[in-house]
Amino acid sequence: MKVAKQKSDFATPFTVKNAITKGDLFTKLSGIIMGLGNFKNGQFEKSLIYFAIEIGYIMFMIKNGFYYLKMLPTLGTRKAAEVWNEQKQVYEYVQGDNSVLLLLYGVVTIAVTLVFIYFLCDSLKSAYKVQYYKEKNWKIKSFKEDVEDLFDSNLHKLLMFLPFSGILIFTILPLLFMIAMAFTNYSDIGDHLILFDWVGLKNFKTVLGLGGKIGQTFWPVLGWTLIWAFFATFLNFFLGMILAIVINRKETKGKAFWRFCFVISIAIPQFVSLLVMRTLLQRDGAINTLLLNAGLIKTALPFWTNATWARVTVILVNCWVGIPYTMLQVTGILQNVPAELYEAAKIDGANPIQIYFKITLPYIMFIMGPYLITQFTGNINNFNVIYLLSGGAPVEVGKTAGKTDLLVTWLYKLTIDYKYYNLGAVIGILTFIILSIVALVTYRNTASYKDEEGFQ
Amino acid sequence: MKRKVKNIIIHVILAILAVIWLFPIFWVVMTSFRKESGVNINYFFPKELTFDNYTRLFTDTQVINFPRMFVNTLIISIFSCIIATTFVLCTSYCMSRLRFKMRKPFMNLAMILGLFPAFMSMVAVYFILKLAGLTEGGLIRVALVLVYSAGAGAGFYIAKGFFDTVPKSLTEAAILDGCTQFQVFYKIICPLSKPIIVYTILTSFLGPWLDFIFVKVIVGAKDEYWTVSVGLYNMLEREFIQKWYTSWAAGAVLVSIPIAILFLIMQRFYVDGMSGAVKG
Repeated sequence: MKVAKQKSDFATPFTVKNAITKGDLFTKLSGIIMGLGNFKNGQFEKSLIYFAIEIGYIMFMIKNGFYYLKMLPTLGTRKAAEVWNEQKQVYEYVQGDNSVLLLLYGVVTIAVTLVFIYFLCDSLKSAYKVQYYKEKNWKIKSFKEDVEDLFDSNLHKLLMFLPFSGILIFTILPLLFMIAMAFTNYSDIGDHLILFDWVGLKNFKTVLGLGGKIGQTFWPVLGWTLIWAFFATFLNFFLGMILAIVINRKETKGKAFWRFCFVISIAIPQFVSLLVMRTLLQRDGAINTLLLNAGLIKTALPFWTNATWARVTVILVNCWVGIPYTMLQVTGILQNVPAELYEAAKIDGANPIQIYFKITLPYIMFIMGPYLITQFTGNINNFNVIYLLSGGAPVEVGKTAGKTDLLVTWLYKLTIDYKYYNLGAVIGILTFIILSIVALVTYRNTASYKDEEGFQ
Repeated sequence: MKRKVKNIIIHVILAILAVIWLFPIFWVVMTSFRKESGVNINYFFPKELTFDNYTRLFTDTQVINFPRMFVNTLIISIFSCIIATTFVLCTSYCMSRLRFKMRKPFMNLAMILGLFPAFMSMVAVYFILKLAGLTEGGLIRVALVLVYSAGAGAGFYIAKGFFDTVPKSLTEAAILDGCTQFQVFYKIICPLSKPIIVYTILTSFLGPWLDFIFVKVIVGAKDEYWTVSVGLYNMLEREFIQKWYTSWAAGAVLVSIPIAILFLIMQRFYVDGMSGAVKG
């Protein structure tokens, strides 16, 4: 229903289909010689732009594009070698193919082609539009008016052009490139760093299967990632909420002071506070030394060397990082709970605990529901805390991931340290799938999603 | 009486928590003024206080050039802040006020992109920058600016939510008076949106100061282009830590103070922004 309505809102007669079926010869030819229809009907500048785009694309394809497309299926086969040159009587160094570059160029060529096809359709539509206007004897827009439209009815095209290009080049294109990488054997294993091939779903089998080393690492890391995300999210949420409520009590003195004490810790950059924590909690770090000197413990606490200790430590330190955030947000919400609700409850004779569970908590949950989900997904991807704090330690000998490594930090290690680019890409894709399942399932069950319109 | 005891207990607990929260911060400040070098000491208060750790950051620039890292970060964050803020405001305005065919698809796309781990594409971004010849020499700074700002347009949610609170009647009246959409944008929406614009400026300005992983991958070992965060991270590497630990603390304090101030200002504007554009 909604989709159909959405489409009809923006329906125009100027579609590619109409241009091909109802357009005159010049309009139809605009699909081959871009800008022809506009040219015929007096929109010279516009037709020139279209024509320039077409010439540019054709030049690119002839010069490089076709070659890259041709190389995409094999990703190159020639090795760098020294070849005997008969005429000159010397060995000449012949550069081999570089699969990464070929893959990247291939993806870029496909992207350029898609953009070109978009302009091609646009040219057809535009040609049909100008023909349609002429038939109706409406005034055809001059180039100046077209430009003026960019500041008014077509403002979105002007404003979105650069931001969207940025997203296209720096987010979408790299992502497609990495997704493609997941289906190759681009990896340090078997010396495939320069020349590599398509291998289909083999990498997914390697990661998901229990047979090999990687598979045996994947499932525990995934399990720990989910446990971590669960505790990191809900501990922070509940403890932060309790802290906010305690500070917000009528009897608590110096509310602003307490809040400041906690907020100051999130104002400090994480790479400072977490690195401090890491050094403080070292085996011979300050905490251990102080506790030993005070005689509270006999041997140093194994904060980063014992798996369970390390896991509990990262969760607790993450509480240190996260609780003030929740406290700030809940404080804001608490101050906005409509006072009538409380008064009505008091008149009805509710006690403080009932008031909390029937009014305060549901109110907080309504507003914080979506926030909790973003927190959960954010924690699955929480690179900083783990990388700066434990670096994944403790690591068992021969394993690529440590006991506190999350999927993201493992991804980082696999790609940057080990150069297993293909496996890293597979883990990125799997993380994305897990996140989208979590996001989809939970978003639909939050009150603010179901009742979105009613609240406004 | 019972009430009084309860109150005292709560205040004591709050005090203990506050000490836990402030301890690491005190520790850095203490360390930054400590005369004795080295990482692990078995006492809390330094035996001798000194300013040397701070002066050393600015004088001993042979191995670790703190002023240069500071200037690098400042340049990168100013440029990426300008670009990112413009991008965010443009897309937020389009998403909030304009209606066009690609609006919904774009919003969905932005949400999907947000679910991919950022590092996944990092290697690919590096290759693209290398193709464009931006990974050598002074152009590395351009590359970093692009990395921090080019994709900013996808983060429009907060500013869009703010623009949504500007009453429709206001913009409609302006259009009846003959304003173009562009004039509505910069003559009506922008002046009304000061809190959220300041918030956007501050978040994008802070980005390069807080991130260290992109710099680490893109700049690598070319230390003349290090930003503050990578520089400080590297001071804790094995070969530097014993000699540089107290200076590291001094650097951390120096960087944290402006960031903390900006962050606290940002928080205030964020709260203002959440309460809507036109107050009743």
